[in-house]
Amino acid sequence: MEFKHTYKPFGKQAILIEWSAVINEDILKDILLFKEKLIQTRKDNFTDVIVGYNSLTLLLKKEFVHFYKEVEELKLIYTSKFMNLKQENFVWEIPVCYDQRFGIDLEEISNKSKLTVQEIIQLHSEKTYRVFFIGFLPGFLYLGGLDSKLHFDRKPNPRLKVAKGSVAIGGGQTGVYPLDSPGGWNIIGKTPIHFFDAKSQKPCYVKAGDKIKFTSISFEEFYQLEKEVLKNKFTIFKTLLND
Amino acid sequence: MIKVLKPGFYTSIQDRGRIGYASMGVPVSGVMDSYSADLANSVLNNSFEDAVIEITFGGCILKFLTDTFISISGGDFSAKINNKPVLLNSRIKIYKNDELLFGTINFGTRCYLAVKDGFLTEKVLKSRSFYNGITSNFLIKKNDLLPISTHYIDLNLSNTAIKILKSHFKSQEMKCFEGPEFDLLDEVQKEQIKKQVFTISNSNNRMGYQLNETIENRLPQILTSAVLPGTVQLTPSGKLIVLMRDCQVTGGYPRILQICEESINRLAQKSTGDKLQFKFN
Repeated sequence: MEFKHTYKPFGKQAILIEWSAVINEDILKDILLFKEKLIQTRKDNFTDVIVGYNSLTLLLKKEFVHFYKEVEELKLIYTSKFMNLKQENFVWEIPVCYDQRFGIDLEEISNKSKLTVQEIIQLHSEKTYRVFFIGFLPGFLYLGGLDSKLHFDRKPNPRLKVAKGSVAIGGGQTGVYPLDSPGGWNIIGKTPIHFFDAKSQKPCYVKAGDKIKFTSISFEEFYQLEKEVLKNKFTIFKTLLND
Repeated sequence: MIKVLKPGFYTSIQDRGRIGYASMGVPVSGVMDSYSADLANSVLNNSFEDAVIEITFGGCILKFLTDTFISISGGDFSAKINNKPVLLNSRIKIYKNDELLFGTINFGTRCYLAVKDGFLTEKVLKSRSFYNGITSNFLIKKNDLLPISTHYIDLNLSNTAIKILKSHFKSQEMKCFEGPEFDLLDEVQKEQIKKQVFTISNSNNRMGYQLNETIENRLPQILTSAVLPGTVQLTPSGKLIVLMRDCQVTGGYPRILQICEESINRLAQKSTGDKLQFKFN
């Protein structure tokens, strides 16, 4: 299936390809398929490709001369058929401790809504979230699929430091802070799992198109797992995604 | 090795940055002013890929524990070796136990120190550029030992004088293209952006430069999409932010302009209170 998309110059050394402005898993699949085709055919012409919710940005090695020529070539690649392009995607099970010693904003958002703390935790951990792309910070996953009952405004004053591993919700989104950083989302829990390790063979094992499932663990289990993660003895449970 | 006696206000190791890791959310980083950094490297016949020290606003003292050649380009912070002034943009022999000091600012915001064959600090994701959360340090600290090559060939190059572009430090002009969301602006906003002389706010660093003057903004935010060094975002408050080398890979504010590489380098030599004007290509 083909999706409507447009091409725009982004300076002289980048091309922005945009799909309709909606967050949609079929559009994500189309974006990732196009990205794969570009890697297969034009890898020598660009330095990187940046995926957004509804966009793909191609960073060229050299400035383009005629924009329309570039677009003609890209359109050909988009419509061409390729064999064996299917990417292997996984569902990753991420243990999260929703204890209020970590989920420091749980009570506040429970008070603001009609949900009990327990209901918030259940709504958050029963869904499986699609990874649309990674941005903002190294290893920060943009996840789709948050229950609309959990859509809460960001905090009016962002915290200067949110601890690495904090699981949070903000606007219509949920995510995990991969590093200590400033942040304005409501913190509802913490995971001992690392999402980014620059010195590892695979600095960020999750990729766009994968899915994330949060599983609730106790305060004691958190510290047990944290020790195992530090000793490199913990393997994240993953299953092959069939979709 | 070089020993850091005084790290200065904001001093870091930088090279051309991390290319090809956007899919993990890793910023490009790298030297803010590649024009000056390239110049420092070329004076020593180094590769453009060699790592240099980027010194913001001076205040830095380094002690050399080995003989080597150095060159300094970019901003003029009255560099001295053992209290004797040294020239910018030229090859200088430096000896073991010499102390190199960066003091009073004459012009510019960032200066680059190159050593023969570059700094050899850790390489993470194919780059030595410091970045918080990726390299062990994001600033050099007092008593740090910075590894450099000790096996160099004595250069027999002539000391040719290098002319630097005055406009690089003096011009207020930022050459730019319309950004992806430029067309969402109305004619009044477009005119203002073209005519306004903007002032750099005190919120300016390796991630981005915020400007003081505001543009009335009624644009909705966009779905998070790619941003690049040189992208000019229009924030909800109406202030513009020019993104620089350490910027995130994605953002949600409308991208109204994209300034060209040459202008990013020019902007890297400006700071709080300096003026600029966008010039459309």
